[in-house]
Amino acid sequence: MEAQFEALSELVKSGQKLSFGQDFFVKFYQAFLYSDRWQQYIKGVGTTLLVTAIALVLGVVLGAIVAMIRVGHAQQKPHHHNLVLGVFNAIAKVYVTVIRGTPMMVQLLIMSMVVFASSRNFTMVGALALGINSGAYVSEIIRGGLMAVDPGQMEAGRSLGLNYMTTMFEIIIPQAIRSILPALGNEFIMLLKDSSLITVIGGKELLYAAQGIMNRTYEPMFPLLGVAAVYLVLVMLFSALLAKFERRLAQSDRR
Amino acid sequence: MIDVKGLKKSYGGLQVLKGVDLTINKGDCVVLVGPSGCGKSTFLRCLNHLEEPDGGHIIFNGKEVTDHDIDHVRQKMGMVFQHFNLFPHLTVKKNITLAPVRLGLMKQDEADKRAMELLGRIGLADKADTYPNMLSGGQKQRIAIVRALAMNPDVLLFDEPTSALDPEMVGEVLELMKELARGGMTMVCVTHEMGFAREVANRIIFIDEGVVKVDKPPKEFFANPENERLKAFLSKVL
Repeated sequence: MEAQFEALSELVKSGQKLSFGQDFFVKFYQAFLYSDRWQQYIKGVGTTLLVTAIALVLGVVLGAIVAMIRVGHAQQKPHHHNLVLGVFNAIAKVYVTVIRGTPMMVQLLIMSMVVFASSRNFTMVGALALGINSGAYVSEIIRGGLMAVDPGQMEAGRSLGLNYMTTMFEIIIPQAIRSILPALGNEFIMLLKDSSLITVIGGKELLYAAQGIMNRTYEPMFPLLGVAAVYLVLVMLFSALLAKFERRLAQSDRR
Repeated sequence: MIDVKGLKKSYGGLQVLKGVDLTINKGDCVVLVGPSGCGKSTFLRCLNHLEEPDGGHIIFNGKEVTDHDIDHVRQKMGMVFQHFNLFPHLTVKKNITLAPVRLGLMKQDEADKRAMELLGRIGLADKADTYPNMLSGGQKQRIAIVRALAMNPDVLLFDEPTSALDPEMVGEVLELMKELARGGMTMVCVTHEMGFAREVANRIIFIDEGVVKVDKPPKEFFANPENERLKAFLSKVL
């Protein structure tokens, strides 16, 4: 195959026009096979998954903290507002408003060019920005899940003499997780796709690898279609896993 | 055992309780009745601070109930809800043992033993390892009562315990409540079951317009209702 590619390349250099099939072969070979370029895509996929995982963990941790603060604040009795919780709640609200009210791309650029202007580790800065962004959305998912649990459950726990925190962890959260997990799965898929944005700040993930190859071959179609296909396959794979997982959850609901 | 003085509670501009005074003695089975919206459930929920009173005092076992040690008060003041509020993610046995174990009152194996004993008493020992949504309404409510009993409370509060049940299941729950009352358990019940009130209660309290209007043993309560509002109420429910 390599010999064929070399021969065809010679033809192009000498100004000869290739047939459609030959042209297709040359461009495909250039995009994926020439000097083992497919390895760059694989490396890119690895980074994409790593960035997604870091962002998801960060998002879930941040989101859980923010959601707990906001729910805890909302569930205080009237006339008994805790000042410290009030301050944290205000911070949490500003965080969610700002993150949800500004474009992801702008946040990425601010993180890389203003906040971490001196950092050269673009991939990790990107993962951090993605995680912070995701945290705002995850906090709303978790908050919704916690609020969706019947208020009678909190009353029942408290009426037995359990304190707020114990009731939260033993009774409310285990029930909220059933509605939170499927939505978190969707968030994971969103993150997987959004991780391609960190290319603009130099994060070395899948799309970055494709762009590097495009810049050498001046041929965008195959690298871009290839990248799109990889994302599509990944998303379909995780969607299928998620659907399976949701069916399991539903099954244990019926017990 | 419980001494309520001048209990007040409003929602927004609406004053539901306008100064309720009531003493509940050890061994009492007090039934609260009254037209809907009169505040009887609110009163009950104020006793263990599920609703925050706006004014007045609640003295429980000689100590004023405050938010500060409310968790301790609630350990001794069991509550049974209209909608059972069993924990759907836990087995029946775990529902019963969760609080005593988490609060360090019992070891898990002790609590398990006690749970099985209580479940045996209501004939549901075979349901110990099932989840609440496999049970009928009546079974759920009886287990909710057992869950409250497992804390060895000094008093049990019942908030319309049979209102959410199918008619054929009301009997089994009332039967268990009767048994508890006969066993000397102090109980405060909000209920529409006049038969239960007549047969089991030693005092019936008629709450209307946010205050206690009548407080009498059942015989007198039903035989000669002097209060006009009570007459009107009884003519509707009997």
